[in-house]
Amino acid sequence: MAATDPARQPAAEPASAKKKGLWAWINERLPVDEFFRHELTEYYAPKNFNFWYFFGSLALLVLVMQILTGIFLTMYYHPSATGAYASVQFIMREVSWGWLIRYMHSTGASFFFIVVYLHMFRGLLYGSYRRPRELLWIVGMLVYLALMAEAFMGYVLPWGNMSFWGAQVIVNLFGTIPVIGSGLVQWIRGDYGISGATLNRLFALHVAAVPIVLLGLVALHLVALHRVGSNNPDGIEIKDHPGPDGKPLDGIQFHPYYTVKDIMGVGAFFILFSLVVFYFPTFHGLFLEPANFTPANHLSTPPDIHPVWYFTPFYAILRAIPNKGMGALTLLMALVSLLLLPWLDRSPVKSIRYKGWISRLALAVFVVSFIGLGYLGMQPVKPLYVILSRIFAAGYFSFFWLMPLYSRIDPVKPVPERVVYHGH
Amino acid sequence: MAIDSRCLGRWAPVLLAAALAAGAGSVHAAQGAAYGSNWRHWQAHATVTDLHSLQRGARDYVGYCLGCHSLRYERWSRLGRDLKIPKGVLVQSLIPPGQKPADYIISPMPKQEAAKWFGKAPPDLSLIARYKGTNYLYRYLKTFYVDSGRATGTNNLAYPNVAMPDVVSPLEGLKVAVYRTVRERGGAGKIITRRVFDHFRRVASGRMTPQQYDRFVHDTVNFLDYVGDPQRAERHRLGVWVILFLLAFTWLAWLLKREYWKDVR
Repeated sequence: MAATDPARQPAAEPASAKKKGLWAWINERLPVDEFFRHELTEYYAPKNFNFWYFFGSLALLVLVMQILTGIFLTMYYHPSATGAYASVQFIMREVSWGWLIRYMHSTGASFFFIVVYLHMFRGLLYGSYRRPRELLWIVGMLVYLALMAEAFMGYVLPWGNMSFWGAQVIVNLFGTIPVIGSGLVQWIRGDYGISGATLNRLFALHVAAVPIVLLGLVALHLVALHRVGSNNPDGIEIKDHPGPDGKPLDGIQFHPYYTVKDIMGVGAFFILFSLVVFYFPTFHGLFLEPANFTPANHLSTPPDIHPVWYFTPFYAILRAIPNKGMGALTLLMALVSLLLLPWLDRSPVKSIRYKGWISRLALAVFVVSFIGLGYLGMQPVKPLYVILSRIFAAGYFSFFWLMPLYSRIDPVKPVPERVVYHGH
Repeated sequence: MAIDSRCLGRWAPVLLAAALAAGAGSVHAAQGAAYGSNWRHWQAHATVTDLHSLQRGARDYVGYCLGCHSLRYERWSRLGRDLKIPKGVLVQSLIPPGQKPADYIISPMPKQEAAKWFGKAPPDLSLIARYKGTNYLYRYLKTFYVDSGRATGTNNLAYPNVAMPDVVSPLEGLKVAVYRTVRERGGAGKIITRRVFDHFRRVASGRMTPQQYDRFVHDTVNFLDYVGDPQRAERHRLGVWVILFLLAFTWLAWLLKREYWKDVR
């Protein structure tokens, strides 16, 4: 192959050399080699990635794991109001390795959000949403929204009592939309209340519709990433400093350098993941809530309804506003603010490394507010907690809406010409 | 089993302290002074690795609970296998006549009739330990008291106005609740007096001594803890090997990464 095509790199050679005839035949018809070269062996990523850059590949890993474990769960799960709860117990107790598959799936949901939140935080830290990566960020946010829908629907499927009442609360949020609200809620439920009909359609959406959307968006996210290239902890464009061969001086091939590095990350991830799956699958009621170990019952409301931990920051914002409609609108604004981030940040530098104290303080306020809201969203409503929720909600929103102001007056540091990297 | 012994070693001081505290509690109970004043803090100290306790719990469950409460997600055969109960004993002493080892553990009580009798059908207890927690179950089984205002003649502190009658009183005996009056400053500066539970007074003894009854409750709670999560022992045993493998894998991956990254300057 190398003889006929001088542009071909030796890195792509060894696997294909053996099956020369067939491989060449395939490649004439399907650009397999070209794909691997373009996306892996000749895709250049900045060499100064740090700890925060593990979470993109880990998110992909969890997505694949959720799809695989989900397929196996679907083989035994019964999507009906009478059969769902018992079928989950059947999976947990009688299906060979059913408990492992189910705990991987339920723990995977929480780990998906842990990984995605850290991945998003990385974006905030290093300004990965800034030009030319605005679309990359927006597609990523759409992935996050689809993931929220997917997780909510999955949470309803075991048909425990918290599933039922959680579905009640979330679906009723659509009822706050003026004029069409109540009709819309009924249309979503397919019934006058949350029922077997609702469960069946949420199942259809959870196993088919949303995963397809999710996979499509993730593919778009990766295409957009490979178009503009990765940002890095210094927020410097490596493409601005090409070497004599046209390749970025501060870039290294994704494969093998980042594939071997990410494999190490995968190992470390699975150690933590296994600790939870094998020893703390309910994670003290955070990942699997006690109230979901009793079947759905429309006559018995759990003493304290709240969504799973990954939704609680937004739930706290919702509850902080006394008017339900305004609360829902504020919740929506909380998500829209994230989406608009690329245009709110007016700092001359991207990375927190070179931003000044105001931006650092703002980010710290945001992190404290988000975690504080997450905690408060799990607590029962008390006057003090409502006040705290409002303070944290103000912290959350001021990070975004004051950004056009503070990012401009922030005393930034000079950005170096090339990325900072210390070889090992 | 490796993790169990290691964990036990590490937690030995805690376990010892817990055992001493539990012992102190029983002595306290035996003396009867202010018994139950701290019931909200009672701990079940469930230990699912204690096979003998689980076996006694299974026996007691069949004897005292199965009349009303099913364990519809657990099969007799699994119970026998997990708790190492010989098949002969399982069939002769535990499984009710007419049921086979492969059957689920179902109470003979007809559900609809039961709902009529008690106002509510006795719930299935397969997952009660995961739903309510073992400490709750322990407190529930130890805080029945005489209450003439209730149709059942008894009431419960952990589950006020519970529909279930005090079926454990033949074992535990009967106790009445002693109240004290507290004065509180309510809203608008009003003084409100409230009757709050202070302690239990034993009025009749049962077949068991307080220590025996405490062990009975401990075993029953332990058993329900097992039924709620029967594969836990297997999970804990397997987890060690999975994590050891992953540690080795990650170490090798790190070596590989370091080797490749030598050329990156």
